[in-house]
Amino acid sequence: MPGRIVSFFRNLLRRTTADQALDEELQSSVELLTEEKMKEGLSPSEARRRALIELGGVEQVRTKVREIRSGHLFEDLAADLRFTRRTLAKSPGFTLTAIVTLALGIGVNAVVFSILNALLLRPVNVPNAQNFYLVQRFHVPPQAYPDYLDLRDRNRTFESLMAVKFVGEVGLDTGGNPSTAWLVLTSGNYFDALGIRPYLGRFFHAFDEKGINSAPYVVLSYAYWRRHFDKDRGVVGRTVEINKHPFAVVGVAPAEFRSTDLIFSPAMWIPIMEAPTIMSYNSLQNRGEHNLWVMGRLKPGITPAEAAADLNALGSWLSKTYPADDDGIKFTMGRPGLLGDALEGPARAFMAGLMLLAGLILLAACANLGRLFAARAADRLKEVALRLALGSRRARILRQLLTEALLVSLAGGAIGLFGSVQILHALSAWNPFPETPINIPVNPDLRTYAVALLLAVASALLFGIVPVRQVLRADPWQAIRTGTSGAGALRRFTLRDVLLVAQIAICAVLVTSSLVAVRGLVRSLHGRYGFQPQNAMVVQSDLHMAGYANNQTRQCSGACWTLWRQFRAYLQ
Amino acid sequence: MTDKRTDLLRGTLDLLILKALNLEPLHGVGISRRITQITRGAFEVSFGSLFPSLHRMEEKGWVEAEWRASENNRRAKYYRLTSSGRAQLKTEEREWNQLVKIMTAAVESA
Repeated sequence: MPGRIVSFFRNLLRRTTADQALDEELQSSVELLTEEKMKEGLSPSEARRRALIELGGVEQVRTKVREIRSGHLFEDLAADLRFTRRTLAKSPGFTLTAIVTLALGIGVNAVVFSILNALLLRPVNVPNAQNFYLVQRFHVPPQAYPDYLDLRDRNRTFESLMAVKFVGEVGLDTGGNPSTAWLVLTSGNYFDALGIRPYLGRFFHAFDEKGINSAPYVVLSYAYWRRHFDKDRGVVGRTVEINKHPFAVVGVAPAEFRSTDLIFSPAMWIPIMEAPTIMSYNSLQNRGEHNLWVMGRLKPGITPAEAAADLNALGSWLSKTYPADDDGIKFTMGRPGLLGDALEGPARAFMAGLMLLAGLILLAACANLGRLFAARAADRLKEVALRLALGSRRARILRQLLTEALLVSLAGGAIGLFGSVQILHALSAWNPFPETPINIPVNPDLRTYAVALLLAVASALLFGIVPVRQVLRADPWQAIRTGTSGAGALRRFTLRDVLLVAQIAICAVLVTSSLVAVRGLVRSLHGRYGFQPQNAMVVQSDLHMAGYANNQTRQCSGACWTLWRQFRAYLQ
Repeated sequence: MTDKRTDLLRGTLDLLILKALNLEPLHGVGISRRITQITRGAFEVSFGSLFPSLHRMEEKGWVEAEWRASENNRRAKYYRLTSSGRAQLKTEEREWNQLVKIMTAAVESA
């Protein structure tokens, strides 16, 4: 083996020396053979001719010897790449068209795949996401707090179950400048169940829950801490007012933890025991109010089906014990991140459709390029014939043509990927609803790059094999004599026609579907609301933020009127 | 004339080349002639198979090459068996004899 490795490098480095030695050896063989024939009484020229025939062609033997050498594939590849670069540079129009076509086709696919990957394939960004599940009531997430407590305390299949309640905006006063922020209320075991460590300070825990309004603590998200506290490490221990109630900042979550949701990232987390304080209304005792989400981590070795069976055994107990609220209750396991089955199903269907359309775009691009490459191969038939006549092998020529297709495809793929990465970064930073912490992090990961590479190679094979039959049928003698491929000229046109028809069909599908989508969008923009939406404005106010409770109605309506008058005055 | 060449079994060619070189160093054409001679004209090795095989054996270290003058004072590349080449020849001979025994027994069985 070491000997082979040495010869591999020797062959690679001293290719010319090895080639020269081989040339000399073959030349000397021809001379030896010629001499032999001359001794048999042949004329020198006839002897040489016979010698060459017996050898089987100097170039042919040389090619065969080269092919057994270590590293000849690399040599061939390097030669093919050099040759390809020259031929492509000779027809910049063709090269540019092919690369741009592929860049668009592969770029579109990379963008769509990345979104699909971010929404459906990539789990939520929590440690050990594979055994982290959402417990759904029937097929929707919301659950009641008393039901949650029963599930948490009586199940045998979850390591821990936690509750999450989305509150929406609250008024936040950090001293002087009240603003609004989105918060999430969670059970005390939230961070411990997820297995996340604080970036700063501490998190709240299950033992902090000592009854209603017993845990006035707040954990800030890294993003909020950075934006609103300017990364001030002294924030831990400070008191802030939320809806006019004092809360102590106990810690800051790490930057990579957004939430258990894919597209929603709250500014802060507060123990659910504080729900009555924040919302000035206690919904925690009410088994009929389904307004929080239950998620948890399975015990090692437990399957989701076993967990569902365990929960449903509890469900039948709940249904017997609390028939008024829990009659016939069923639990199902869902994937956290996209509102469980509620959003995941439609998202899956939508993304599958989009991926299909993107795939069709690439397929149309490949059909187009297949025709271009076939036409190019037809133009180059003379060159191919000449190479065949000089002793090249068909397999070698095909490999060169595929190298060319691959090089074009990889170049297009690289440009397409570069473009799509820009689009994806912009998309990740995009905030579709201002003032809400909703965005879709679709940054490309390794999988995106792998898919782009795979698509580039697959497309290269797809359009690269179109001219193969032409080359296989090429008859060097015919081609050089008449300049045509001889056989199969008619057939070639049918193949290209088939590709043309396929391309037109795919484009028709794409154009139709995009027109339908645009028309649907236009229609939904001009929906009938029963009033003229032009110049109308929605004004929202939430007096909880100013510390008003629900039962302070008189105070509240008085404040509302004041606000309303001020607002009208402002508009006029 | 070359059309009626008996097809060589894969692997047989290596054995024949090693055998041809066992007596004395030879150049490519010489090896071809020697093989024809020792097979009593049954095998005519094509150069398109001989040279690749020779170069593969050279990479494996079974043979080594040297340029020197031929009997007619022409420069030619002579191949010579190395010690590992001789060992390889022994192995291949043994394997071949075994194969022949097995095949003969199989063919002559009822």
